Amino acid sequence: MTALLTALGAAAAFIAATSGGTPTAAASTTLIDAQIVEVYVFLLAAFTGFQIITKVPPLLHTPLMAATNAISAISLVASIVIAGAERPLYINIMGMVAVAAATINVVGGFVITDRMLKMFKKTEAPK
Amino acid sequence: MIDQQIGALFVQIAYIGASAAFILGLRGLTKPDTARRGMQLAAFGMLLAIIGTLLNHEIVSYEFIIIGLVVGSAIGLPMGLLVPMTAMPQRIAISHMFGALAVTLVGIAEFLHSREYAGGPGVIKMTAIGFETLFGALTITGSFMAFGKLQGFISGQPITFPGQKLINAAVFFGAVGLYIALVITQSGGSGGDSGLIMFAVMTVLALVIGVTLVLPIGGADMPVVVSLLNSYAGLAASATGFAIGNNILIVAGALDGASGFILSILMSKAMNRSFANVLFGAFGGEKAAVSAKSAEGLTTRSVTPEDAAMRIGYARNVIIVPGYGMAVAQAQHAVRELAELIEKRGGRVRFAIHPVAGRMPGHMNVLLAEANVPYDHLFDLDEINEEFHTCDVALVLGANDVTNPAAKSDPGSPIYGMPILNVQDAEQVIVVKRGMATGFAGIENELFYLDKTSMLFGDAKSVLSQVVTEVKGL
Repeated sequence: MTALLTALGAAAAFIAATSGGTPTAAASTTLIDAQIVEVYVFLLAAFTGFQIITKVPPLLHTPLMAATNAISAISLVASIVIAGAERPLYINIMGMVAVAAATINVVGGFVITDRMLKMFKKTEAPK
Repeated sequence: MIDQQIGALFVQIAYIGASAAFILGLRGLTKPDTARRGMQLAAFGMLLAIIGTLLNHEIVSYEFIIIGLVVGSAIGLPMGLLVPMTAMPQRIAISHMFGALAVTLVGIAEFLHSREYAGGPGVIKMTAIGFETLFGALTITGSFMAFGKLQGFISGQPITFPGQKLINAAVFFGAVGLYIALVITQSGGSGGDSGLIMFAVMTVLALVIGVTLVLPIGGADMPVVVSLLNSYAGLAASATGFAIGNNILIVAGALDGASGFILSILMSKAMNRSFANVLFGAFGGEKAAVSAKSAEGLTTRSVTPEDAAMRIGYARNVIIVPGYGMAVAQAQHAVRELAELIEKRGGRVRFAIHPVAGRMPGHMNVLLAEANVPYDHLFDLDEINEEFHTCDVALVLGANDVTNPAAKSDPGSPIYGMPILNVQDAEQVIVVKRGMATGFAGIENELFYLDKTSMLFGDAKSVLSQVVTEVKGL
């Protein structure tokens, strides 16, 4: 329950942080303010993660690693921008390689996590 | 202009949704029956974030993005579908490499791009870019080395050489020094080639650190290393978020970082060793100095599979202790068959799983789940340790150091203080083992010399198959 509350807290802070970062509000926010908010986001997410993940049973530690690995392949988002933005060709190509590497983790990571979780079964109730 | 704002708003909404999906998805992982749905939610969140990003107004051309997505999927999908469960430690290690590669490339690209800003990247951005590249680069090579050790093309033994610690320290401080220098000199955008050279040298040194960090670490310490690299990959992704001002990267990276950190701590605790000891200790180097109790004068009792089958077949309460030996022999299916037989004959079977059994956190659980052992039969150290004295037979399968009573009784032992499974409390113990070789720590296991212990020598899979046949014939 506490984990859920913490999660909600982080989500609320996240909403506050992202709305502060949109172009509309950017003019009234100084650079430092925006970056301090990023630190808040990091801290709250880290605490939330800590709360939730300490509750993951050892039984599921391998799927947990595979899952967090797939989730951290969110760097795909940054790679996409670099591959497609108006930058010198060699930077676009670096972005393309990054997109490929991150996609391997996104696709492979979620597929393999699902494959693993599918295997965990309870004892069937005797008929 | 209005369109652009609506677009930006949509991107942010997609990212918020994705963050919530990631957190709730991980929350699903706290219970086996909600885990699968949770991860499907997280995958949906990822899809949302990707679609949102594709609408980013900065993107002017999609060719490179599409090529990258197609190539990545073409490699990732078969990897996800086909990698056997037995190869899971390697697969986890190599996936940290791919993640770190993406992060490092983004870091380098951001650094090169930031040199074009009039005022330079600024202190915070430069700090983030440097951190991202430093940790990303060392995770690339570190994960590759871990992959090599797990896959077996690099020796699983600790690799040490004279002056190693000195060289490691020099490389490490060199990289960190350059990082600090970069933040001081490049934040203001002074430009010039010196910044480029410093950045390049730092990246190369970080790649070297990854190699030297993992080289001296042995196979049995891999659960800590893999967890730690997991944490680094997450922190580097989080730093990327700071570098480009993107909150979803910060959130997802922090979640991954926290997870890797928790796992590393759990693994270190389960070995009664500090982080620093695992990373810099290189167990092998100290091995010679420690003379554990010698086995001279002690005798073991070896039994045949028929004999073992008699005891196991008539036991009412059996606890099976799997270790890396079970994984190597791929004996999990034979184990499941034996467990089912015992249950059919009216006995009870439970599995006792030590946190560091195997080569990654949760390794044994995944193998046994693959062999269709129901997860309510699998118990952690804390859950089952008091139960050993109630069981007729404890069956140890290729586990060694995690069952060594010296961890409790012998203050001179290198593993003294490490939490162990109290196998010695069982009424009788059967140990399946290939030979009398010591475990990774290089210490004799007193358990093998107890009167109640019978040694069943041979490959776990073939020995267990024989036991299964014999039990069927009882």
